[in-house]
Amino acid sequence: MSDAILSLSDVTKQFGSLLASDSVTLDLRAGEIHALIGPNGAGKSTLIKQIAGEIKSDRGDIHFNGQNINALDAVARSRMGLARTFQVSSLMPEFSVLQNVMLARQSVSGKVFRFFKPVLGDKSLVDPAMAQLERVGLADRAQMRAADISHGERRQLEMAVALALEPKAFLLDEPMAGMGPEGSKRLTGFLDGLRGQAPILLVEHDMDAVFALADRISVLVYGRIIATGTVDEIRGNDDVKRAYLGEEA
Amino acid sequence: MTMNREFLINSILAIALITVPLIALGMDEPFIITLATKVAIFAMAGVGLNLVLGYGGLVSFGHAAFFGIGGYAAGILASHALNYEPIMESPFLIEGTTQMIVIWIVALVVSALVALVIGAITLRTSGVYFIMITLAFAQMIYYFAISWPAYGGEDGLSIYVRNGFPGINTLDPISFFALCAVMLAIAMVFSAVLIRSRFGLALQGARQNAQRMTAVGIAPFRIRLVAFVISAMITALAGALYADLNRFVSPTMLSWHMSGEIMVFVILGGVGRLFGPLAGAALYIILEHLLGGVWEFWQLPLGVLLLLVVLFARGGLVGVLAGERKHV
Ligand SMILES: Nc1ncnc2c1ncn2[C@@H]1O[C@H](COP(=O)(O)OP(=O)(O)OP(=O)(O)O)[C@@H](O)[C@H]1O
Ligand SMILES: [Mg+2]
Repeated sequence: MSDAILSLSDVTKQFGSLLASDSVTLDLRAGEIHALIGPNGAGKSTLIKQIAGEIKSDRGDIHFNGQNINALDAVARSRMGLARTFQVSSLMPEFSVLQNVMLARQSVSGKVFRFFKPVLGDKSLVDPAMAQLERVGLADRAQMRAADISHGERRQLEMAVALALEPKAFLLDEPMAGMGPEGSKRLTGFLDGLRGQAPILLVEHDMDAVFALADRISVLVYGRIIATGTVDEIRGNDDVKRAYLGEEA
Repeated sequence: MTMNREFLINSILAIALITVPLIALGMDEPFIITLATKVAIFAMAGVGLNLVLGYGGLVSFGHAAFFGIGGYAAGILASHALNYEPIMESPFLIEGTTQMIVIWIVALVVSALVALVIGAITLRTSGVYFIMITLAFAQMIYYFAISWPAYGGEDGLSIYVRNGFPGINTLDPISFFALCAVMLAIAMVFSAVLIRSRFGLALQGARQNAQRMTAVGIAPFRIRLVAFVISAMITALAGALYADLNRFVSPTMLSWHMSGEIMVFVILGGVGRLFGPLAGAALYIILEHLLGGVWEFWQLPLGVLLLLVVLFARGGLVGVLAGERKHV
């Protein structure tokens, strides 16, 4: 437990009569990819939102980097080093691909209230932003409007923005969604190398990717974690088979 | 390509603004110079609003408050100076002034403070609520001005002699026009620099996707509040000039009609386009001048035009002429 970067205990959120997350206890350790899987509507995205601070939990504690972050808003949590990607790409459509990443760099630099220096000539923003675009293979799209790139490229841009934040933990909500087999394979390879930079809480439906990447897997069903364990443990778990993997295995 | 075309359109607008009054001077048509001055001042008010409306996506329906505050700064300070009545005597003496520079500083400071308060409250809302609450605040100030007899109440306040500026005879129409045109140019350059800065990027980001802003760790509220204050200051400066143009200030400058007019300049000319407010104000004044004299309902075609712009040409006049932008 001591090497947990992020830990949740008893985290709960109710929408009306629906328990979207139900006493969730979970941790993310240094250097690991922790996959969070579960059927549609299980509450995975809700849990990501609670961790990111976009939804206030009804109950429970979230610790990040040894600090209780319950009282911090989403902006503060991001600035502490929690970077998330969205299940449905959430970008600045009218900005260029490069500007999307520069905005994240601007936030990291801590200097947003600068009124006179033109941003596009600012090498301290442009260079590191370009570097992240190169990492995800989007450098040749840098000057295109984010609205005009393909769906798969928008997924890559989501990643580049998260990388640009130089976070201490990644919260990735279905990064492979709609990427196609080719793109998924490439992203799987990329994420594999990323765990050394910061641990990843990975929500993903693509089971090939999950089994290839995860150090541990937690299974969420109706807001409850029904099992946490290694890939082999989860594959052999009868409850999990029945509740989730059954249809595929 | 489109960049070049927009540059061309902008240049034509700028040249027209400067040459029309010069030709009018040659033809001894001071009224035309006054119209051009009005265009420059309205454009400047629009440049202020465009910062929040165009770049920040915040539909403020209360910018007449700042336009009027600027106007009353000019009117009140001048009336005290011209009547030799100090504004207050204790605990220390504050006197009026007929110096535009002092008036402008007062207009900037007061409008900034008022915008800070209004913005801090209104920017917690969005959409229709934001429109209505900015309107409500402006109306509060409007009614306050009406019911404050010390400065003319409903009748307004006359400025017997146009306020002064060092080295310029402000009573000379072309000189006063030049002063207003320079102020407009400064406001536009300032605004152009601002939107290209880090702050400008954040402001335009907050317009497009607040969720994404939050996720990268930038709070949209603070960005918007600073933009709202700067925007109010520019519009207030225009208001001070407008009071001096008319040598008169009244609650009309604070009314919701005025808020609407400033909004029309921006929307007609091109929301989020640097020269949009100038194009819009020019078109508005030209229509008013050409049609207003012969037809009581001249605002009807204006309304239709506005509707067409909103429905079919979101880039306004500048957008139609210069084409869509690649990215911001
Ligand atoms: N803001 C909300 N108000 C009410 N109900 C909500 C809200 N957000 C989510 N829900 C409900 O909570 C449940 C969990 O939703 P959530 O989006 O977290 O599921 P998920 O596990 O991410 O599903 P998917 O795999 O389809 O992305 C769903 O039944 C959803 O309809
Ligand atoms: Mg989801």
